[in-house]
Amino acid sequence: MTLHIPRDEQDASAIIREAAAKRAKLRVSGRDTKAAMGRPVDAQSGISSRELSGVTLYEPAELVISALSGTPVSEVVRTLADKGQELPFEPMDYRPLLGTKGEPTIGAVAAMNISGPRRIMAGAARDSLIGVRFANGQGEVVKSGGRVMKNVTGLDLVKLMAGSWGTLGFLTEVTFKVLPKHERMSTLLLRGLDDKRAIEALSQALGSPYDVTGAAHLPAPDTLGARTLIRLEGFSVSVDYRLGELRRLLKRFGTGDILEGRGAEALWQSVKDATVLQDHAGRSVWRISTAPTKGPDFASHVGRAVDAQWFYDWGGGLLWITTPMAGDLGVTAIREATKAFGGHATLISAPSEIRSALDVFEPQSEAVMQLTRGIKASFDPAGILNPGRMYAGV
Amino acid sequence: MSIAFPKPDGAILSRRNEILAGLARLVAPEALISSEDERRAFETDGLTAYRQIPLAVVLPSSTAEVSAVMRFCQENGVKVVPRGAGTSLSGGAIPQEDAIVLGIAKMNRVLDVDFANRTARVEAGITNLGISQAVAYEGFFYAPDPSSQLACTIAGNIAMNSGGAHCLKYGVTTNNLLGVTMVLLDGTVVTFGGEHLDSGGYDFLGLITGSEGQLGVVTEAVVRILRAAEGARPALFGFERVEDAGACTAAIIAAGIIPVALEYMDRPAIQICEAFAHAGYPLDVEAMLIVEVEGSDAEIDDMLRRIVAIAEPFRPKTIKVSQSEAESAAIWKGRKSAFGATGRVADYICMDGTIPTGQLPYVLRRIDEIAKSYGLGVANVFHAGDGNLHPLVMFDTNKPGEMEKAEAVGEAILKLCVEVGGCLTGEHGVGIEKRDLMTYQFTATDLAQQMRVHGVFDPQWLLNPAKVFPLEGRLAA
Repeated sequence: MTLHIPRDEQDASAIIREAAAKRAKLRVSGRDTKAAMGRPVDAQSGISSRELSGVTLYEPAELVISALSGTPVSEVVRTLADKGQELPFEPMDYRPLLGTKGEPTIGAVAAMNISGPRRIMAGAARDSLIGVRFANGQGEVVKSGGRVMKNVTGLDLVKLMAGSWGTLGFLTEVTFKVLPKHERMSTLLLRGLDDKRAIEALSQALGSPYDVTGAAHLPAPDTLGARTLIRLEGFSVSVDYRLGELRRLLKRFGTGDILEGRGAEALWQSVKDATVLQDHAGRSVWRISTAPTKGPDFASHVGRAVDAQWFYDWGGGLLWITTPMAGDLGVTAIREATKAFGGHATLISAPSEIRSALDVFEPQSEAVMQLTRGIKASFDPAGILNPGRMYAGV
Repeated sequence: MSIAFPKPDGAILSRRNEILAGLARLVAPEALISSEDERRAFETDGLTAYRQIPLAVVLPSSTAEVSAVMRFCQENGVKVVPRGAGTSLSGGAIPQEDAIVLGIAKMNRVLDVDFANRTARVEAGITNLGISQAVAYEGFFYAPDPSSQLACTIAGNIAMNSGGAHCLKYGVTTNNLLGVTMVLLDGTVVTFGGEHLDSGGYDFLGLITGSEGQLGVVTEAVVRILRAAEGARPALFGFERVEDAGACTAAIIAAGIIPVALEYMDRPAIQICEAFAHAGYPLDVEAMLIVEVEGSDAEIDDMLRRIVAIAEPFRPKTIKVSQSEAESAAIWKGRKSAFGATGRVADYICMDGTIPTGQLPYVLRRIDEIAKSYGLGVANVFHAGDGNLHPLVMFDTNKPGEMEKAEAVGEAILKLCVEVGGCLTGEHGVGIEKRDLMTYQFTATDLAQQMRVHGVFDPQWLLNPAKVFPLEGRLAA
């Protein structure tokens, strides 16, 4: 395995051009903390963004930051925090779930569209991503979008790059819209609700005018231990007011407790990083997006078929499920559920032989698969970038 | 009249009767418009200086009809210009003589509203405001609010990725769209997304949003609806120097405040709007900011107090914090009538570039110089939070050559936007208007990549073909 580590964009372009000429497949990576996600890539060499590092533009007053793709997420987060700002979509850190070490890169956040609990309020990574530069599968350097947040000039290739898992191009630089950090965060904690009641409470909170920025439900073996979390952020005066109103609105679900400070932050981090999942090591992990009120039906459908454990984020619309590493890993029940209730399911964590045998992403209709293949060919006609990472033959 | 249309395809024009007969077999009789008088109603859109009478107009009432028409057109090599309400300011819906107009405005029903999941499923011909009205009884609304929202369709909003005055907080169309049903050129009906967030696979939903009707025709959409804030109130600040208004905007954001709207008007815009709307705008200032915040009364009071304190070091000559609904309405009436009020005093073309907000003073100075060099005036309104600038270049149609001058000024302004790190269009789209300027923002490689993606959907350039990409240098099928 040869690993190419370009020092700059031109270098990356030359490496890919040469590989394309030889039809040599390339595994596309950053710093490898999420190498065990997606379908395994069959390639003899690789290209890594790890040396493309550094913030290239930061204008706090314009709410915009650009960084080379291999820049550690932690460096971007620190740079923003120095000016009281943050990435609005609160990107998840996959390391605890996958048991990996090293520094996740900002390029991967874009390439995999990685978001966290605040996605329900502030949009996903793809919503904040306003510009990209990348080398396509022929080694041509392409830019799309830019550094301004309102831009409808030409086809929005930024969106295509977000969530394409390195199969369309090798990102060299990404630009995000950022937001000020909130002065205060407070969480209303309701106890003892079963899944349906909990999602009802979350729906009511999210349908209120009180700008909820986090809405999760953590079931427990008995409903006594179940916790339902509703997060508010903002200026202190405003948080106080909204907490009061929200408690009044939700009083039929119990009075609830207020959580603030370190403990609350740690709790939301465990929701964001899905570490509230018990025993995720040694089990397969699925991430499912569906309509929030369908979440409980979805989960119990899977729970009837296999020994599943789960929790909900995004008001019920994001379901993390672990299933035993045995039989079909619950895939049959999960795919049945996406058909019945809508949404899509992604296999996040399982050994590589399983990830190459199963559909990791939700299977698409033949018409959409045809478009998918067409898009792939339009960026990477030789099919050398991360072949098969998302779908066989793409 | 400097924007060229491709030469009509004589073979198509000569087959007009046959094509009309073919279409007549596919749709209900009232859905096909063939008389010249009736077709004339579709000859232009919001860019009224350009007009072309289409071959025919088809107004289907179902996805199945749209599919049949699209398949027929592809099989017969007939160009299709999709149309919502025809309000595009960039000429995105202007027809061609050898193309049919495919209008979806008849498909305007609300199919389902789900308040618990905060989504609405609608037919794509519904108006933007129609969605908000359909969910208002529960206090909900659809957030993107282009100023044409009374008339424009959600299909058009999706095609142009429309924005509005409140996108600093709520985002633009692409951030508020969950799913679509779309008809491809060969008649295939596909769905992207659904009632859930962030589907896996390539982000086709993101790709088709803002694709200006060149990838397919959207017939249904699932949009995110939001619960409206308890209230909203603006404050108005007048400054003696452009720089102070710019610095004040930066200071508000640096203090961690993201107002729901942050609008800038320059002296000519203030004068024109005040004369029309009697909004109580200060006439002795160079720049004015309208800053609006949302929440309960107490939250609004607290936030406006903070904003006034932030503004004070920049020595505003006027500070007016709205105390009532009537005052709020007056403040907004002036801003919202900017285009109409300008239209009373002059003909104008409305530009739509975006700039890094820190460049505002420099850009305004340059715009003034450019306009003066052509002997024309410009009024500027600006979404100060997101950098989207709308210079209104004023001219007199009755003076020969003035419109061409205005277009030249507009072009120079857009090039300036790109030069300072911005873009050609923030929310109006490229259409025909900015098509030939694309090479200023994009390299040949950038454009070729976009055109290859376009080619996945429409290799023969049949869908809205005269738009977006320069006519020279297009990739052939």
